[in-house]
Amino acid sequence: MSDIFGRIGFLQEGPFAIPRWEAVFSNIDLLWQGALVTLTVASLGLALALALGTVLGVMGASHWTGPRAFARGYVEFYQNTPLLIQVFMIFNALPMIISGLFIPVITIGILGVGMYHGAYISEVVRAGIQSIGRGQLEAAVSQGFTYVGAMRYIIIPQAMRIVLPPLTNQAVSLIKNTSVIAIIAGGDLMYAGDAFAGRFGHYGPTYVLVGLGYFLMCFPLAILARRLEDRTRVA
Amino acid sequence: MITLVDVCKHFGSLHALQHVDLEVPAGQKLVIIGPSGSGKSTLIRCINMLEKPSSGQVVVDGVDLTAHRAPVAKVRQSVAMVFQSFNLYPHKTVLDNLTLAPMVVKGVSRDEATESALGYLQRVGLSEKADKYPAQLSGGQQQRVAIARALNMHPKIMLFDEPTSALDPEMIQEVLEVIIDLANSGITMVVVTHEMGFAREAADRVVFMDEGRIIEDGTPEHFFVNPQHDRTKLFLSKILR
Ligand SMILES: Nc1ncnc2c1ncn2[C@@H]1O[C@H](COP(=O)(O)OP(=O)(O)OP(=O)(O)O)[C@@H](O)[C@H]1O
Ligand SMILES: [Mg+2]
Repeated sequence: MSDIFGRIGFLQEGPFAIPRWEAVFSNIDLLWQGALVTLTVASLGLALALALGTVLGVMGASHWTGPRAFARGYVEFYQNTPLLIQVFMIFNALPMIISGLFIPVITIGILGVGMYHGAYISEVVRAGIQSIGRGQLEAAVSQGFTYVGAMRYIIIPQAMRIVLPPLTNQAVSLIKNTSVIAIIAGGDLMYAGDAFAGRFGHYGPTYVLVGLGYFLMCFPLAILARRLEDRTRVA
Repeated sequence: MITLVDVCKHFGSLHALQHVDLEVPAGQKLVIIGPSGSGKSTLIRCINMLEKPSSGQVVVDGVDLTAHRAPVAKVRQSVAMVFQSFNLYPHKTVLDNLTLAPMVVKGVSRDEATESALGYLQRVGLSEKADKYPAQLSGGQQQRVAIARALNMHPKIMLFDEPTSALDPEMIQEVLEVIIDLANSGITMVVVTHEMGFAREAADRVVFMDEGRIIEDGTPEHFFVNPQHDRTKLFLSKILR
C-alpha cells in the first residue's frame, strides 16, 4: 500500500498536487481567453505571412532586378534577427518614430509573426516557383499572359503541391512563435499562463495546460503536413 | 507580317544571331533549317520576344516589338508558339489547357472558348481526350493538344520550334499531318524542323542557317535541287544521304 502511495505521492504534494489542479481548473477561463488571443494572432498572422510570402516569393523568383533585390534584403533582414527583438522594436521604437502612434498589442503580434514568417514563406515559395520548369513560364507568356498572370494561373498552382508540406511546417512554428508577445503583455495563452502561475503559484498544472493548448493547435497541422508529404512522395 | 532588321543576339561572348534580316509576308509557310547550334531557336524565339535581341528591330503584325514599352503581351496573343517539349499545363485537363488563355488573356466567355476548343480538338483527332490530363497522353497526342491550344487563340502567326524532335518515330507522322493540314489554311507559319519531307511538301520558302546567319533563302525546289552555298550542299548531303 505504502508503495502505491509513494508513487502517487506527487498528486498529494509538490508542484503537481491535486489541489493545485483543482485551483487551476476553477479559473480555466483565464487560460481560455489567452488561447483565443493566440488563435486570433496566429490566424491573422498566418494570413499576413502567406500574402507577404507569396508576393515576395514571386518577386524573388522574377527577373526584375529591383523587386528581386528588395525581396532578398527583406528576407535577409527578417531571417537573421530574432523575432523577439523585432516585436520589441515594433512595440517600443515605432511609437517613438511616429509619435502618438498607438498599436494594439494584438496587432503588434500579427505584424510581428506575419512579417517574420512572411520572410521564411517567401523562400519556400521562391524555391517552389523555381522548381517548375522554365518551359511552363515560356508557354504561358507566349500565349499573352503577363508575368504575374502566368504566376497566378500556371506556375503557383503547380508550385503549391510542392510547397504545401514546408508551408504547413511554417504555420506550426508561427503558432508557437505567437508566444513572443507575452513579453509585451500580449494577453495570449503564454502570457495568461505566466500571469496565472505568477499570481497563484500553481506553475505545474498551468504550464502543462498551456503546453497542451499549443499542442492542440499545432498537432492537426503537423498531421496534415505528414499526410501531404506522403502524398507528394507517391505522386 | 514579320520583319527582322539587322537582328543580333549575344549570349555573353557567343554571337547566336549575327545581323539577320528576314521578311515573312502574310500567309507564307517558312521553314528554317540548319545544323544544331546555328541559331534557329534563337531566331524563332526573337519573333515573339522569348529572346530579346541584343540589337536590331523586330516588327510583327505592324508592331515594333523592340521599341521601348512595346505591347509585347498583346502581340503574343496572335502569335502562337508550339514547343519541342510540348509544355502543356500539367495541372489542367486537355480542355482547360485550350480554354485558359482565351478566357483569362483575351476575355472570351467560357462557353465560346469551350466550343471552339472542342472544334480544334476534333480537328487534331483528340475529341475523346478533352477531360484527360496531359500526363495521360502519348507524346504525339500531347503535341497535337499543344497545337490545338495554340489554335484556340485564333492566332495570325504560328511558330513551331522542332515540333516533332522529341517524339518517337511512330508518332512523328500524326503530328506532321496536323501541321500540314494547317499549312493549307491561310495562316502565316514559321517552322524550325529537321523533317525534310515536311519542308518539301508544306513550305513556300526554305531558309538555311549556319553560325547565326541566314546563308540560303529560296523556294523548296531551289533549296533541295539547286543550293548555292557549299555549307548547304554539305548539310544536305549528310541529311539526305
Ligand atoms: N540562353 C542561352 N544562354 C547561352 N547560350 C545560349 C542560350 N540559348 C542558346 N544559346 C547558344 O546559342 C547558340 C544558338 O542556339 P540555338 O538554340 O538557337 O540553336 P539551334 O539552331 O536551335 O540548335 P538546335 O538544332 O540544337 O536546337 C548555341 O551555341 C547555343 O548554345
Ligand atoms: Mg533549337
